[in-house]
Amino acid sequence: MSAAHDEKQPRRVHLKVLGATLGAGAFAYAMAPLRAWTKNISKEEFLQRHYKELTREELAKVIQRLEAETKRDYGRDVTIKDPKPREGVEFGYALNLSVCIGCRKCAEACHVENNHDRRTNNSYIRVLEMEQGSFDMERGNVQYDGPVPKPGKFYMPVQCHQCDNAPCTKVCPVQATWKEPDGIVVVDYNWCIGCRYCEAACPYHARRFNWQKPEIPAEQVNPDQGYLSNRIRPQGVVEKCTFCLHRTREGKLPACLEACPTGARVFGNLLDPNSEIRWVLEHKRVFILKEELGTRPRFFYYFDV
Amino acid sequence: MTKNSHAVTYPAFLLRIFRGAFDGTWRFYVWMTVLTAIALVGANAWAQQTANGMHVTSMTDHVSWGLYIANFTFGVGLAAGAVMMVIPAYLYDDHEMHDVVLVGELLAIAAICICIGFVVVDMGRPDRLWHIMPGIGRFNWPISMLTWDVLVLNGYLLLNLHITGYLVYTKFLGKRPSKRWYLPFVFVAIGWAISIHTVTAFLYSGLGGRPFWNSALLAPRFIASAFVAGPAFVIVLLQVVRRASSFRIGDGPIRTLTSVLRVTVLLNLFMLGSEVFTAFYTGGAHATAAKYLFFGAHGRHGLVPWIWSAIALNVLSAVLLHSKATREKVAVLDLACFAAFVGVWIEKGMGLIIPGFVPSTLHEIVEYSPTLTEWKITAGIWAFGLIVLTIALKTALPVLTGEVSLERDRELDRTRGPAEPEEDVRLAS
Repeated sequence: MSAAHDEKQPRRVHLKVLGATLGAGAFAYAMAPLRAWTKNISKEEFLQRHYKELTREELAKVIQRLEAETKRDYGRDVTIKDPKPREGVEFGYALNLSVCIGCRKCAEACHVENNHDRRTNNSYIRVLEMEQGSFDMERGNVQYDGPVPKPGKFYMPVQCHQCDNAPCTKVCPVQATWKEPDGIVVVDYNWCIGCRYCEAACPYHARRFNWQKPEIPAEQVNPDQGYLSNRIRPQGVVEKCTFCLHRTREGKLPACLEACPTGARVFGNLLDPNSEIRWVLEHKRVFILKEELGTRPRFFYYFDV
Repeated sequence: MTKNSHAVTYPAFLLRIFRGAFDGTWRFYVWMTVLTAIALVGANAWAQQTANGMHVTSMTDHVSWGLYIANFTFGVGLAAGAVMMVIPAYLYDDHEMHDVVLVGELLAIAAICICIGFVVVDMGRPDRLWHIMPGIGRFNWPISMLTWDVLVLNGYLLLNLHITGYLVYTKFLGKRPSKRWYLPFVFVAIGWAISIHTVTAFLYSGLGGRPFWNSALLAPRFIASAFVAGPAFVIVLLQVVRRASSFRIGDGPIRTLTSVLRVTVLLNLFMLGSEVFTAFYTGGAHATAAKYLFFGAHGRHGLVPWIWSAIALNVLSAVLLHSKATREKVAVLDLACFAAFVGVWIEKGMGLIIPGFVPSTLHEIVEYSPTLTEWKITAGIWAFGLIVLTIALKTALPVLTGEVSLERDRELDRTRGPAEPEEDVRLAS
């Protein structure tokens, strides 16, 4: 050990301390946006359990908090309910491709009903303009314009098929999405971690991710909301069509059906032998999309023949 | 408590490792400062992405995974590929390889850290990370392949931490490691290495709605390309370590790994060819993704330059590895390794993850090209991984060479007396 080395020691230590301080400061600076973000996440929200683990009282508290947050962030008084699936009801949906004219009123109604982000004009429904005489989606087009229906075309709206063998619920690593007893696939927006594996797994492009916090002017917010359906979703989680369960579980029809000007849409209880949906399934030439994947959808298409 | 009980020596060991991590030549400081700076740029970009939402990426509901998951996939391969040192060392009793196998195990640790980083930055809600922890959250095991991935990746991390930690610690104490305490783990880790990449492939190949991934060849392909990227990285790494430290590395390990690489680089190209044949000979809607990837479809060509670069690099590497020049000039070998590494990185990332989403399941073509934020975060995580690797090697290897040991530390303390704790000059200068 030479004397020169010993003299260098204190300077070396000082340099290290300086370096560590600078490093820590730079780290704090780099992470500053994250600190601001975590301020908006309350302790209750952070610690909230999965929907299925909440007691009635806990859920009531959560809903109260969510309503207050909506008021704070969107300036609107809303009511969030949690209608439960009804005994003896399993929903099914059918769409008449002979009648659909591709006006996209359904997509628009979905946008409004489900409190979608206004900037992105999001909707759970995509309408494909298809070529008459072909079922090749490769030749379909969603970006069509001008008056409809166009000659030589037919139109196929696609939304969540509420599959009985749903690939999306299987892949979710945290069980944030599941199938309800009435056949509706739902998401707990407060449990989803935003990994988007379900989005990759869905064969029907039915899922959407909140790439940013939804923006909706106060007067446009739909105040009648469901915990598992159309309440305004947080940033960074996945959402999807829920057959408007906040309406349908209370005896109303889905918004997309009510908006359809041609009556192409038929919705109802598959377990009720007298329902219109059962009549369609029994009397029409019905088919499902991508049947070969074995997803067993509850969304059916048919032609009038 | 005697002075040789583990309660005394293990903290001493950890402290020594910790101190060693902050001490080195000026080259070490420059290298670490640069890496830290890049990592901080990445951290800042990630903080902004999390706060403002992931619309700052180029991902959409159509292409819902991008550069992060691409790098994650490649990183798992790198971690698994390091096992190509472990197999010769322990299964074929290659003694020279056995002497340096720790480098591969430490690389695996760093690579897993990289993987975990990429998964976390891909999450829309990192604050909810605890939801995926078994026991605390709701763990959808065994149905979700992602939960399998959580298990195998963390298991692989723990296995390698144990193996390397145990060997370095016993060496630090100046004892012979007891085989009972590490050999079984080494053999489990060999199988485990294959499993991490198999599970990662199953993540994609199990999705019926994505024909481009829905191939039984995906897992074998992943393993083959992992055994390209892993050895390619290690060959260069061993040369760097040889120069930067007094750790002795023979030519044998590099020769062995080059032989491995010669085979795997061809195997990987062969499998790519099989996929290409199947897609294009069959044709139809399921081949659209391949068409888009290789030649462009419906007037969109976003991935064409990527995949042809990957093929060019992989072919270049294969040609170089089989030429005489590689055996004669180490620079040519390094070039071949570099080409193979980058080639696989593209092929497995932009060339495999992205076309799974193009066309979308409703056959729309929405293109993806990473934004600056995504590049910053990606660079940041790689820099972080290199920091982990540097520190791991920097602290473990001097113990293996005997430069650092408990005995020497104590001797030094004795000669200097307890009043002078700054004894690091020896290593630093």
